[in-house]
Amino acid sequence: MNFSEIKEVLLSQFGEGIIVNSVDNAPQPYLVVHAERIADLGTFLHRDERLFFDHLACVTGIDNGAEAGTMEVVYNFYSIPYGHGLMLKIMLVRNKENEPLPTVPSLSHIWRTADWHEREAYDLVGIHFEGHPDLRRILLPADWEGHPLRRDYTVQEVYHGIRVRYEDRDVPTSDDV
Amino acid sequence: MDTNRAKTGDGGIILTSSEDLMNWARLSSLWPMGFGIACCAIEMMATYASHYDLERFGIFPRPSPRQSDVMIVAGTVTFKMADRLRRLYEQMPEPRYVISMGSCSNCGGPYWEHGYHVVKGVDRIVPVDVYVPGCPPRPEALIGGFMKLQDKIRKEHPLAPKMLLEMEEEAKANEVPFGSETLNTEKVMA
Repeated sequence: MNFSEIKEVLLSQFGEGIIVNSVDNAPQPYLVVHAERIADLGTFLHRDERLFFDHLACVTGIDNGAEAGTMEVVYNFYSIPYGHGLMLKIMLVRNKENEPLPTVPSLSHIWRTADWHEREAYDLVGIHFEGHPDLRRILLPADWEGHPLRRDYTVQEVYHGIRVRYEDRDVPTSDDV
Repeated sequence: MDTNRAKTGDGGIILTSSEDLMNWARLSSLWPMGFGIACCAIEMMATYASHYDLERFGIFPRPSPRQSDVMIVAGTVTFKMADRLRRLYEQMPEPRYVISMGSCSNCGGPYWEHGYHVVKGVDRIVPVDVYVPGCPPRPEALIGGFMKLQDKIRKEHPLAPKMLLEMEEEAKANEVPFGSETLNTEKVMA
């Protein structure tokens, strides 16, 4: 099944409102959908016999910066028996300072692989996945500050008494004082 | 003359000081902790293996920090690893040594500028005795690092009382020959 056929299936199942934007002419065509519908869409993509997306290949979190004020989550689905794929994208409003993180429903109850992918997106980009069973940092230490792949990220000065930046190599650590 | 005698040296006697004997024993059986963090550990394992055979120097990895003399920090030290690495070092019995292997553990390596997660040199966590440059260093370079460490141990005075060593240092600084008849202890101590 190709992209436009998959799109037709989704339109006939959910109606016009499900697709916010459809980018057909890109090297990899994708659909932009509402964040709050992603769990319903996921269940359908997984269960429907014509689509049968049994494999969630990747979940990507993107920060477009404070100026653009948006963040994105990209899902790449693949059907191993049919050999067709689909890319979905969610646009989010970027949180300002002291605001809660942007929230997306979790897909980890449908595809177990989403568990660690979502933890990675939470850890590095700072996106909250609602309904995730265990949303902890996956790569960085639990007490790390900030989300490093955000455009406006500045690294903390000291971690557990160790100066973080290279330039600080001859500065005494806080333990020495 | 009995030519079938075992070759243990003429008369079977070696004269040396107990300090030299102890240092020789220590530097001839350096046991590193079996511990590797990143790609440098691959070179380290190659150095242990038959081709380079570190065991001919008496260097043989131990599975526990409690049994180790030296820690080879072979790879990128992340901040998440830093606490664990410090704990392992603290678990080693003294005297203990650290070899920093490769650019990452020397100074952060390729992660020096944008690697928010990398400790910019393992000497920010534990004291380092020998730095081995390279990315990763070849096995020959690691062996060279061990030989530097052996040189260092050869010159140590593990048995001498600390106070005596300090007096010797001060005497050297004051250019008074240590142990000479004219040594003025009060002057040296002051």
